[in-house]
Amino acid sequence: MGKENINKVRRSVLKALAAAGAVSVLGGMGASSALAAISKVKMGFIYVGPRDDYGYNQSHFEGKTSVASMKWVKAVDEENVPETIEVVKTMESMINLDGVQVLFPTSFGYFDPHILKVAKKYPDVTFLHCGGLWDAKKHPKNVGSYFGYIDEPVYLSGVIAGHMSKTGKLGYIAAIPIPQVLRNINSFTLGARSVNPDITTNVVFTGGWANPVKEAEAANSMADQGIDVLTCHVDSPKVVVQTAEKRGIFSCGYHTNQSVLAPKGFLTGAEWNWSKVYSDYADMIKNGKKIPNLVRGGLKEGLVKSSPYGKAVTKKAKADAEVVRKKFMDGSMIVYKGPIKDNTGKTVIPAGKEYTQTDIWLESMNWLVEGVIGTTKG
Amino acid sequence: MTRELGKLLESIAIPVVALLVSLFLFSVFVSFSGANAFEVLGGIYRGAFGSWFSWQNTLVRAAPLMLTALCTALPARIGLIVIGGEGAMVIGGLFAALTGIYLDGLNPLLVISCMTLAGVITGGSWVAAMGALKHYRNVNETISSLLLNYIAIAILSFLVLGILRDPATLNNPSSYPIGEANMIGDIGDTSIHGGLLFGLAICIGLWFLMRRTIYGFAVDIVGGNIRAAQISGLPVGKLIILTCFLGGAAAGIAGVIEVAAVHGRANLSLNAGYGYAGILVAFLARHNPIAIIPVAILLGGIRASSGLLQRSFDLPDATTLVLQGIIFIVILASEALYGRIKWFQPKVTSNA
Repeated sequence: MGKENINKVRRSVLKALAAAGAVSVLGGMGASSALAAISKVKMGFIYVGPRDDYGYNQSHFEGKTSVASMKWVKAVDEENVPETIEVVKTMESMINLDGVQVLFPTSFGYFDPHILKVAKKYPDVTFLHCGGLWDAKKHPKNVGSYFGYIDEPVYLSGVIAGHMSKTGKLGYIAAIPIPQVLRNINSFTLGARSVNPDITTNVVFTGGWANPVKEAEAANSMADQGIDVLTCHVDSPKVVVQTAEKRGIFSCGYHTNQSVLAPKGFLTGAEWNWSKVYSDYADMIKNGKKIPNLVRGGLKEGLVKSSPYGKAVTKKAKADAEVVRKKFMDGSMIVYKGPIKDNTGKTVIPAGKEYTQTDIWLESMNWLVEGVIGTTKG
Repeated sequence: MTRELGKLLESIAIPVVALLVSLFLFSVFVSFSGANAFEVLGGIYRGAFGSWFSWQNTLVRAAPLMLTALCTALPARIGLIVIGGEGAMVIGGLFAALTGIYLDGLNPLLVISCMTLAGVITGGSWVAAMGALKHYRNVNETISSLLLNYIAIAILSFLVLGILRDPATLNNPSSYPIGEANMIGDIGDTSIHGGLLFGLAICIGLWFLMRRTIYGFAVDIVGGNIRAAQISGLPVGKLIILTCFLGGAAAGIAGVIEVAAVHGRANLSLNAGYGYAGILVAFLARHNPIAIIPVAILLGGIRASSGLLQRSFDLPDATTLVLQGIIFIVILASEALYGRIKWFQPKVTSNA
């Protein structure tokens, strides 16, 4: 114990010295570097899976590729980085060896404790996390989060699915019951039920973000039950979309455009538009602007989009979806508008109550809407 | 040349030559994919061992591999191919977190000791159960250990998504934290957590146990010829179960360290594949606990260099997987050379 205490004291002394050093550096040049334009913006991107997964990781890689094409940007990236001490080392390596000014660690599991830990150690580097909720009270100032209201294009997919389904049964293959996943399932179902109020969505949780075997099993068993439109929220929709095509049923994509995987049955899908987000950030850094800690946006802000309609989609379905899209674009569309009941019959949003997209309440969603067959227990 | 010296030289020379052959084959592969092989090899060296930063990066990745490798290496000495390190690690980490959450507030040293004990008992029992199934019911231990990995992960996600879930962890479901005070810190002023010391100490300790004690000798006899061991009256069943327990306990401690030194809570990141990487380490180290240390460092280094390869040469992460694969195959193939190279063999002398 004694030795440990000495070590602790020594460590805190060193920390104080390091902090003093950092302050003096800031005093000397911090003011000028914060305001002056930067000639070369260096950005680091970290993905938990492969760059070419037809899904979440690929969507970020596409964003990185697009921002890297600008001459004044240098972007480095790393794939398959686990949510362990390895991501800590990857971040430090990008900071120390590549001199990045801003880091985009994109997986949910990177945030707490890894980003928070490294951010405290490198106060001059900006850490922007995809999906996390930045909290001014708890989190360091050089950390921020960004995310898109992807449930808007998911709602549009639901509208299309509602038109195209003959059996009135939709299937949703999801990773784990967290708020962002539940919100997509609910928006998809609400979209479909806006067309046909009797429609149901079966949900299967696979228990992990990349479980291709379970995803294929779930897709096949759903096809066996007479479900005729499948969609999913897992890291890579590849298996689900391909299985749907093989079984001759429709599919809606997610994360990126999967139409090449299912030329016959692909209807549409919800996609991220990270190139917009990343080039906005690059501009802010270049011009020395202050980076906001929380960035959110939907179809209107261009953070998310729909995949082009597949061949099978009818004119009527397209026309209906486009009407709703227009309402999203002018801000008059509100998905979570009472009365809304959950699938246990309890009223979660009373009549007359509305939650607009920016409402943080929606980011802690823990219920499934009426018409969804499944539970939030997973 | 004495017999001992010849054996030692042989066991060093063959892996080194195998490693050089692997690097050559890898260079050929890299050249075909359009990169300059010398630069890439230089990049791997820089990323793994080129600076103090790289060394820390390498050692921190090597630490869990040392422990999970023991979970395959020890049972292998008694003749079982166990690949259940991932499950034992997950279970050990999960119960360590439970213990930490329950005891938070007591003396941190006591809490960490109890967490380690919980990891040892649960991880050890997890793999001991596979040994028992093998001995009493003749269930194939490779299959049972693989399947029990999935069960361990399912138990983890059931608890972490269910009763253990801290409602504040919205999008990355995790258990309640064990408390900042109960975390294992870094070694001195480095950024290497204390888990490395556990890895080194346990590898050395188990080497001593396996090579310098009667128990270790008995294990080698059972591994060499189980019938002979039974006839000579060794308690084969007990030895199998105990050896499996020790292997599982090592992997369990790897889980404890992930929780106590890295995450501070239990979540699905515990299932990061260290258990599977450990199998590779154990085979490359020929199931010798002391050889696990350099092999784990080598593999940790290769993993650490992946980032630099991706960023400097635009090569995919799979590049280092290819290198790992080539090394694995060449080293396994080189096993056939043991005892066949004359130079290492002692001169046959007849003491009639």
